[in-house]
Amino acid sequence: MRLVPTCGVALLLTGVTALAAQQTNVAGKTGNAAHGKPLYTRYCAGCHGDDGDAQGENAQWIDPKPRDFTLGIFKCRSTPSGTLPTDQDLYNTVTRGFVTTNMPPWVALSPQNRVDLVAYIKTFSPRWRTAQAGRPINVPAEPAPTIEGILRGRQLFQGLECWKCHGPAGHGDGPSAKTLTDSKDDPIRPYNFETGTRFMCGETNQDLYRIFMTGLDGSPMPSFADQLQPNQAWDLVHFLRTLQPLKTPEAAIWRSWFSTHGRELKPIGPEGEGQ
Amino acid sequence: MITRFTAIVALVGGTLASGPGPHRASPALAGGTISGKVTYTGTPPKARPIDMSKEPSCVAQHPTPVTTQDAVTGPGNSVEYVVVYISAGDEGAAAATDTVRYEQKGCQYIPHVAVMQVHQPLAVFNDDPTSHNIHPLAKVNAEWNKSQPKGAPPIRTTWDQPEFIAVKCNVHPWMHGYFVVLTTSHSTVTDSTGAFKLEGLPAGKYTVTAWHERFGRQSQEVTIAGTETKTANFVLTARPY
Repeated sequence: MRLVPTCGVALLLTGVTALAAQQTNVAGKTGNAAHGKPLYTRYCAGCHGDDGDAQGENAQWIDPKPRDFTLGIFKCRSTPSGTLPTDQDLYNTVTRGFVTTNMPPWVALSPQNRVDLVAYIKTFSPRWRTAQAGRPINVPAEPAPTIEGILRGRQLFQGLECWKCHGPAGHGDGPSAKTLTDSKDDPIRPYNFETGTRFMCGETNQDLYRIFMTGLDGSPMPSFADQLQPNQAWDLVHFLRTLQPLKTPEAAIWRSWFSTHGRELKPIGPEGEGQ
Repeated sequence: MITRFTAIVALVGGTLASGPGPHRASPALAGGTISGKVTYTGTPPKARPIDMSKEPSCVAQHPTPVTTQDAVTGPGNSVEYVVVYISAGDEGAAAATDTVRYEQKGCQYIPHVAVMQVHQPLAVFNDDPTSHNIHPLAKVNAEWNKSQPKGAPPIRTTWDQPEFIAVKCNVHPWMHGYFVVLTTSHSTVTDSTGAFKLEGLPAGKYTVTAWHERFGRQSQEVTIAGTETKTANFVLTARPY
């Protein structure tokens, strides 16, 4: 009598483990997809769907839509555009949640639970069986912010035409903002710096660096890795910080400079310098 | 009916001597030829004018307003931008090594549909005085999305799997094209008269497929023996938007 259920569990575990493409490891913890499955069913399936296809019963009420795990395309990565994220990237996303969306931070689950969830999420797309995670981009040491760097970053914001979507003042109201759709043709809004909220993929300057250097795959936000040298990328990070109503070192430098030199600046936008 | 088609093919054959497809126009290709014309039945959508007013630098490049390219039809119900290729009978073809060019010019993709082989080099150029982002919405291959500001060097890449990949620019939502990645080395795109020509086919039995982004796909079998030219016409079903 005792043998039958034990065999059943063993078979189930083998089945789920076979689905898991590669091992999942985060900070010394190994994920177990079979352990992740009941957690997923309890906490995630309501939106992401039992099959990971973003067709959970709540999905129709949610905007932006939940991630479709069957595509194997993820916004928050430390890896180049077009590559799979690392286990740590997925773990960070589960832990952090997505600000301004319905995805909450799952800090209430134990770290082992979250690693198990990552292992299970990786069973939904065949990409995890055919491709490896990308190699994380290098984020070199951050230089101290200077007004010269911030002004160079402002020129990049103009020249790379970040303002076309994010708006001349970073309010998410650029000329292309209203037309943006994600890769499933659902409308999507660009980040509004004026809200001062955390970014989609973190809150530190390093996170911001990664966001525009890797792009948010599946969304309109492209990768600028081919266009920016590391020092330019840091200049852009420091400028972007001045667009937020936060007490950051960059904002302090900017406000102090702007109070005496503000009138020398040409506006950002179609009439801006370098257009 | 047959004579009419033959006449059209013969006429078109003359104008096509240099070949419209990305796949070479070698002057002397040994082997057989499959040529024909793609037409539609039904009601095609009307080409709509594109409003580029949000990008003045692109408006300035078009003396006459541009219209949408996802359903371009002509006299005699011809259909342009139909990919015609060997879908069976040409297995194991090695990837071409010449680079397929895909240009962003006047906020349009040139060519609208670019055909390439798996692992064939592809280079995406930005000829515009504005930033574009190139966003191939791949499902089988890996989707990526890269910014390409004015003056930036070409983005060079290849694709690992055969797939019809829609390409878009999120900054300019009217920009819309296709990367068509095939295993065969025999492929082409119909010209403005709907005509196509596949040359240099060794003797054998082939499945020829015509694919259009809105009108779907259709296949037929053609057997080539020697250096003959066979005709294969396709009639796709047009649907309005």
